[in-house]
Amino acid sequence: MTGYTRPETLDDALALLAQTGGRVAAGCTDLFPATGARALQGPVVDITGLAGLRGVAVTDEGLRIGAATTWTDILRAELPTACDMLKQAAREVGSVQIQNAGTIAGNLCNASPAADGVPCLLALDAEVELASAQGGRRLPLENFIVGPRRTTLNPGEIVTGVHLPRSALEGRSRFLKLGARRYLVISIAMVAVRLVVEDGRVSSAALAVGACSAVATRLPQVEAALTGCAADHTLANVISEDAVCAALSPLDDIRATAGYRVHAATELLRRAVTDAVGAEGVS
Amino acid sequence: MNRPMDTCTLMVNGQRRVLPADPARRLSEVLRDGLGLRGTKVGCDAGDCGACTVLLDGAPVCACLTPLGQAMGRKVETIEGQAHTPLQQAFLRHGAAQCGICTPGMVMTAEAFLRETPEPTRAEVEEALGGVLCRCTGYAKIIDAVLDAAPGDVARMPDAGQAVGAAVARLDGAAKVDGTEAYGADHVPEGALLVRAVRAPYAPVSFQFGEITDWAAARGVQVFTAQDIAGTNRFGVIPAFQDQPALAEDRARLAGEAVALIAGEPSVVEALDPSGIPITWREDPADRPVHDAHPDNLLIAGKVRRGAARQAMQDAAFTVSGAMQTGYVEHAYIEPEAGVAWMEGETLVIRACTQAPIMDRDDTAAVLGLPPEAVRIIPAATGGGFGSKLDVSLQPLVGLVALKTGRPARMVYSRTESMASTTKRHPSDMRCSLGADANGRIVAMEFDGDFNTGAYASWGPTVAGRVPVHASGPYFIPNYHAEARANYSYQPISGAFRGFGVPQAAIMQETLFDDMAGKLGMDRLEFRKLNALRDGQATVFGQTLHGVGIAACLEALEGPWTEALERAERANAGGGRVRHGVGIASCWYGCGNTAIANPSTIRIGLTRDGRLCLHQGAVDIGQGSNTVIPQIAADALGLPLAQMQVIGADTALTPDCGKTSGSRQTYVTGSAALRAGQALRALILKQTNMGPAAVLHLEGANLRVSDGAREQAIDLAALSEQAHGYVLCAEESYDPPTQPLDEDGQGVPYAVYGYGAQLVELSVDMGLGTVKVHKVTAAHDLGRVINPQLAEGQVEGGIAQGLGLALMEEFIPGRTENLHDYLIPTTGDMPEIETIFLEVPDPEGPMGAKGLGEHVLIPTAPAILNAIRDATGALVTRLPALPHRVLAAIREAGHG
Repeated sequence: MTGYTRPETLDDALALLAQTGGRVAAGCTDLFPATGARALQGPVVDITGLAGLRGVAVTDEGLRIGAATTWTDILRAELPTACDMLKQAAREVGSVQIQNAGTIAGNLCNASPAADGVPCLLALDAEVELASAQGGRRLPLENFIVGPRRTTLNPGEIVTGVHLPRSALEGRSRFLKLGARRYLVISIAMVAVRLVVEDGRVSSAALAVGACSAVATRLPQVEAALTGCAADHTLANVISEDAVCAALSPLDDIRATAGYRVHAATELLRRAVTDAVGAEGVS
Repeated sequence: MNRPMDTCTLMVNGQRRVLPADPARRLSEVLRDGLGLRGTKVGCDAGDCGACTVLLDGAPVCACLTPLGQAMGRKVETIEGQAHTPLQQAFLRHGAAQCGICTPGMVMTAEAFLRETPEPTRAEVEEALGGVLCRCTGYAKIIDAVLDAAPGDVARMPDAGQAVGAAVARLDGAAKVDGTEAYGADHVPEGALLVRAVRAPYAPVSFQFGEITDWAAARGVQVFTAQDIAGTNRFGVIPAFQDQPALAEDRARLAGEAVALIAGEPSVVEALDPSGIPITWREDPADRPVHDAHPDNLLIAGKVRRGAARQAMQDAAFTVSGAMQTGYVEHAYIEPEAGVAWMEGETLVIRACTQAPIMDRDDTAAVLGLPPEAVRIIPAATGGGFGSKLDVSLQPLVGLVALKTGRPARMVYSRTESMASTTKRHPSDMRCSLGADANGRIVAMEFDGDFNTGAYASWGPTVAGRVPVHASGPYFIPNYHAEARANYSYQPISGAFRGFGVPQAAIMQETLFDDMAGKLGMDRLEFRKLNALRDGQATVFGQTLHGVGIAACLEALEGPWTEALERAERANAGGGRVRHGVGIASCWYGCGNTAIANPSTIRIGLTRDGRLCLHQGAVDIGQGSNTVIPQIAADALGLPLAQMQVIGADTALTPDCGKTSGSRQTYVTGSAALRAGQALRALILKQTNMGPAAVLHLEGANLRVSDGAREQAIDLAALSEQAHGYVLCAEESYDPPTQPLDEDGQGVPYAVYGYGAQLVELSVDMGLGTVKVHKVTAAHDLGRVINPQLAEGQVEGGIAQGLGLALMEEFIPGRTENLHDYLIPTTGDMPEIETIFLEVPDPEGPMGAKGLGEHVLIPTAPAILNAIRDATGALVTRLPALPHRVLAAIREAGHG
């Protein structure tokens, strides 16, 4: 026996975690590939049986997505158009099989630089809700994922949900992913764009790029440049490759060169912005 | 709920199953080993291939990523619960299964999808199946089947004499579709030991064992090393070049080379960390020759020389030159190597995935110090091979353990182990020049290529031999000089992969042909037609050919070519960042061994009780020999295909049909089947004193022979049994008539060639360098189409592998030993494929037939590169054409 438990309440889960120092498991789509073994190793607290951790709920502040909500759940949830990009990302996570098992919190805790969900959640100003035997806390997503495969999750702590503030649930959004094949692919680059347009001008822009730096990142300089501009077919021209480059720190790897990544990220941002404007235009 | 559980209850296919199991265990393992439901296949243990897909409360999930604890209390559905459903019937009808290893995962995924979306579009099916990889089919027939998931039987079996040419559904298809087919990992004898290999962490490396006996004893396992090998610890597919140890002795030449075996009770071995075994590793100097006998690391060079190439090149009106590089390409069959060995009396029996049972027997026997007849190889169903399962992998390893312990011994490679330790396509570094006269006729070609053969010889000599012979393409070139070298390195072993180096050479030659056509200002198809080899012309190796089908293939593409060019022109007229392009490339390929004997023998017999048995030893790795060979034999004999019982490959039961390689089975084994069928027919006609046109009828033990005017009968039950237990029997062999190549590479390397040409339509995103292939029109000359459905499946699957080679596949040792870093095409990457079959009969092939299996991959990659250049003006000269390379080429060409 390896010490696998699947508690039914959060209190039990937190107690078990404190007691065993084990790992939290949810969809297991990252945990199993990381081991060649036939079974999950060491003490494991499986949180997929916990009540209240799955699904999307409207709250006073906006939306709360439970930690164990799968990508398929997100695809099927009724969400505001600002979350279109999150659905588009959900559809690009691995395959249908992975979307049926993989969870939103798992995507964050795994902290892969190429995690499909992260750019969208960054562009939705997401906050991570954490619980431990000592109590709960919340922190902005950019303070949660701090490096490749590195988070600020404390021992004994569980991610219980993701909050999207009402202020970020406005506007139109678009997610674009670039890989060397159509399905089941790790991104070369991906972008998430959310634009709020008022009176034909961008009143607020949220842009994020993934797989082009150690951690997916927002592009405040580019966002500032877009804000106030006319929301039409010229908007994409505002995005300069230099400004995008300044925000990223891409690497050469087997999938692409660093130089290509910056170029691709810029190109994808321009296209995503154009798409978002187009979508705005027809509304 | 908070304590570990020791008994688990599962609802599987509507049945309540209680078993002791660890809730942290992968559901795939629990289903397979706990419940014996081995229809669920394991291809990667990482969610990258989808082969293990099962339904959890109706939703498809990877069983390898699901802890048992999450499945408890939920409804689990596996392939065993699918009882000849309309979807499964459609899979059979459409020929959607080739090797069949991905089929259970495909069926389960599609089943879940169809329950929610009963009338899907093709695009919806593609997306739904995007998470299940298939390496054989190119997905087209799978998607066709899902779109046509309705009850309906396969086509009626053909009447006597009508089998050849009929689209017979594969005869061994039912077991693949219902999940009962038993692959290498699916046969688990009681009490079998589990064997795991200890492998070199890097190379070159020397090593020394510490106290392994004590280490093993303390853990209740046994360890075996090269010292336990009683025979010659050297194997290799070509006897003169055997240089690979089954277990390395004191130095390892590639990362992943096996140095020791750990064997024991499965639960013990499974929990063990094999890297803990006491071994001291010492890095070896990288400049030491890989093999001391080859101080310059040159394994072998091959050469073909005709006319005076250099002089003709100087005199040519037009010349072009180029260079091309390709990397390691992994076979990526969905079944990692697996098998089991056990003793039956004095005989060592090995049941494992393979393409070459007799070679396995002989190599394993030599390594273990046994006479060949003391080893019996029973090929397991093989979940894809494509050349890599020609070489032995685990056969001598499980054989050693079974021999030493007397107990069954079983081994299942992990995905990483499979990718790190088995053979690859040769990386190539090629240069080529072409000269033409003022009319566009090619007058000279020079080709020079280096092929990285890795740490051991494997099929390096074959690549060095085949490349110079084939590098001209199917064209008439009077002055020719081609050389290819296979060079050792401390890297993965390059072996056989669908085409033995010819696909690489074709990439060089066919892209250079476009250069020349451009220089001449000629239409690219016209230029190829003008230079196409014609009947009665001599090849670059001096063989005069007949039944040459390349011109027919190119002519068949003329209409589609014009239409495709017009489509691209229209699409480009509006400008925009997406540019459309059209490309074409040809292929030819000699079937069978290169000027080396490779006979096949087929036996057909009738028993006293009227059973008609075909001993068919050609291993069917999905390509279809279990169907095609019986079709040929049935028509040669003159009895209905449905009456033929096929006795599949087994070194104890079937005569040698050689290896499934070199596109030889339809031609060579087919020729043996033709002769055996004819011989049995002649025997029956002689015994009944009937003429050659007589018709046979087999009803029970009553064999009637009639010619309309007369009828004779043979009561089989009244005859006495002869050899092999048959009352009437014929056994015939066929070996291709070839002649050795002389020092200039002139001779008759093959007796039969196949031809083809493919037309690719694609678009390139000029902003991102991404390529989308929209359509491939493939014209292939088969001489005689034995089974159109299976032949189409070969074309579609070959194109998928060619597309992967062109656009995404590159194996980087130590970095891409999994199926998420090493990419093969998914459903969403495949174009529409239109197949055109030509039948230019070959005077030597059975009923005119030629080989097909490797040909189909050869033109795809160069046609894609040519189409990318047509679209963008840029030629990519290093494969794969990943987006960043395409974009760099576009910018370099000044078109970005």
